[in-house]
Amino acid sequence: MNVPAPEYRYHTLVVKVENRSGVLARVASLFARRAFNIESLAVAPTDDERFSRITVVVDLESAPLDQIVKQLNKLVNVVEIRELHPGHAVERELMLVTVTAEPNRRDEIVEHLDRAGGKVLSVGTDHMMLSLVGPPGRVDDFENLMRQFGIVELQRTGRVALASLDDVAD
Amino acid sequence: MATEQMDGGRALIRALEEEGVEVMFGLPGGAILPVYDPIIDSSIRHILVRHEQGAGHMAEGYAQATGRPGVAMVTSGPAATNIVTPLCDAYLDSIPMVVITGQVPYPAIGTDAFQECDTTGITQSITKHNFLVTEAQDIPRTIKEAFHIATTGRPGPVLVDVPKDIVDPGNPRSAMTWTDDIQIDLPGYHPEVEVDPEGIRAAADLLRGAERPVLYVGGGILKARAVEALRELAELTGIGVVTTLMARGAFPDSHELCLGMPGMHGNFTAVTAMQESDLLVALGARFDDRVTGKLDGFAPDAKVVHVDIDPAELGKVRRPDVAIRGDVRVAIEALVVELLANGTGDVDRGAWRSRISGWQERFPLVYEPWVPGEALKPQHVIECLRDATPDDTIVSSGVGQHQMWASQYWKFDHPYTWINSGGLGTMGFSIPAAIGAKVAHPDRMVWAVDGDGCFQMTGQELVTATVENIPIKVALLNNSYLGMVRQWQEMFYEERYSEVFLSKDVPDYRMWAESMGCEAMRVDDPDEVEGAIAKANEVDDRPVVIDFRVAAEEKVYPMVPSGASNSELVVPPSQQGQPR
Repeated sequence: MNVPAPEYRYHTLVVKVENRSGVLARVASLFARRAFNIESLAVAPTDDERFSRITVVVDLESAPLDQIVKQLNKLVNVVEIRELHPGHAVERELMLVTVTAEPNRRDEIVEHLDRAGGKVLSVGTDHMMLSLVGPPGRVDDFENLMRQFGIVELQRTGRVALASLDDVAD
Repeated sequence: MATEQMDGGRALIRALEEEGVEVMFGLPGGAILPVYDPIIDSSIRHILVRHEQGAGHMAEGYAQATGRPGVAMVTSGPAATNIVTPLCDAYLDSIPMVVITGQVPYPAIGTDAFQECDTTGITQSITKHNFLVTEAQDIPRTIKEAFHIATTGRPGPVLVDVPKDIVDPGNPRSAMTWTDDIQIDLPGYHPEVEVDPEGIRAAADLLRGAERPVLYVGGGILKARAVEALRELAELTGIGVVTTLMARGAFPDSHELCLGMPGMHGNFTAVTAMQESDLLVALGARFDDRVTGKLDGFAPDAKVVHVDIDPAELGKVRRPDVAIRGDVRVAIEALVVELLANGTGDVDRGAWRSRISGWQERFPLVYEPWVPGEALKPQHVIECLRDATPDDTIVSSGVGQHQMWASQYWKFDHPYTWINSGGLGTMGFSIPAAIGAKVAHPDRMVWAVDGDGCFQMTGQELVTATVENIPIKVALLNNSYLGMVRQWQEMFYEERYSEVFLSKDVPDYRMWAESMGCEAMRVDDPDEVEGAIAKANEVDDRPVVIDFRVAAEEKVYPMVPSGASNSELVVPPSQQGQPR
């Protein structure tokens, strides 16, 4: 088993599970019971309707990665676990954010948005709703940039990830 | 392919029969009623318990005595919550068990219906797996999967929750087609039995070079039917064996290589040999905190070879130098083959052996002899019981001082003769577990060693024993206290006894036992102990209870204080001047 370099605090696991009711609860309850911390968690069906994929970012300060993977593997409904090593995964996250946008500051907001690669979803009298899909770090940076304008509401999906193409061929 | 139309309730019982179930323990109620009707026509013997916790522990006792999965069936709601404790107990001690619970009709789930509870939610973290069956057609496959999961890999309890509508012949949703060709469908469950030869070679290399090795043997040896393989390994290498609380009987106590039980109340030699060892070979053991004491002071010089069927145990507590995942019997057999082929090494372990025999001479298990005027010595009662019963007697125990004395002073020379609650420490375990064991082995003597605190938790199951003709025997070590808690308060809370005194005279255990149909005796005098046991051994047509009035001040020694290192083992006062 590969062990991540110690400087990484978080690690991404892609967990293929049976698409049955209660499976997400089993995964969540396992993390709670074993005192493993989750940084983020996203779940959706895969191209095969029998399975779902859970992308979970785990906090390695709460438990060693090896234990987390082994305990997850003990769940009967967990079919496969892929460890995505930082630097060897394509990770994306979607953020929706409504910011305060007085007319004289809108150009500034749009300039930031364009640089980050986001989109304007709608514009109201004093507000704009924006979306951004990107690597989690870029989403973090953009969220910080928007604070100066005033964040009214914000929702992030948590990250989803796939192995980089170089790593897929095994 | 033969097919047959039937309802889900009949299909459930038929599926149990197909799994070879001969006996089940349970108590009917509203939601499970339709499954109880076909029991009348079934070959399965059903034992009607007095409390659902009893059903669960009986199933555990049956499983521990036979290696076959224990089966319990109860209704929904409060019955399901009553069997939560046995489920957790079986989970921590890796006992194969299948529990079937009734559930409110599927359309009523989520409405807070009468006797509804979220049974699968509640038991998720204390079962190896659980199922909520939603279609009658899925019942046979689910039962098959439940038995497969419970009995393969690391054994454990599996719960199957069955809504009433899919088993009730009056409901069209119960209609299903039985077929003999049932395929399990568990894409995420693949327990690995085979072991990595590389690991075996590495383990053999460590064994050959070790000067102070110890075989640290846990309950997994019994689960894997590895007793003979273990003996071969020990005798081939001449390495001493410690058997944990869950492994008593896995290696004969009378064998010269047996070092006894390690842990908080282990004997000095077993604890100290592990502590001083340079190689621990952990076989089906899990480095439980009751064995290791303070973890960072545990066996500081030891390299570790760890064999376990559950990969999550490898490195969970102590990082092994060699980790071997797989069936422990397969691993031991492979190790023996390797050692026979390439030799067991030529390290001289004479000095280590003489240190061990020095500990055995200086620190045997002892207690202060009885003096006139004192109450009975509980250790003496266990010794008398041990000496007066057949070699293959099955002993079950509850949890507390009596459990430790039973484990210490009994001589276990046969596997599957010791049944207790190790991981969860469930008071009240012994009587129902003994009933389960006696049902499995009606021709063998089964003694429950119990405490008075434990007896009051599950004693009512003696009614079950009487009515169902299951003649177990109970040695009640009655000291009027929650004895182990009292010992901790004496040693660590400045003798401030908080809520541990039960009562000197209430209940009257003899009258209580007699009212439940048992033969009952009370013993106060040491001279009467042997006679009472002899009399009890003669009774075979009903349960027997002997109320032994034992000394409340008696403590379990040796003892590693909680949080202390195993090097700080406290020996009994008479040994405290001995050089270690």
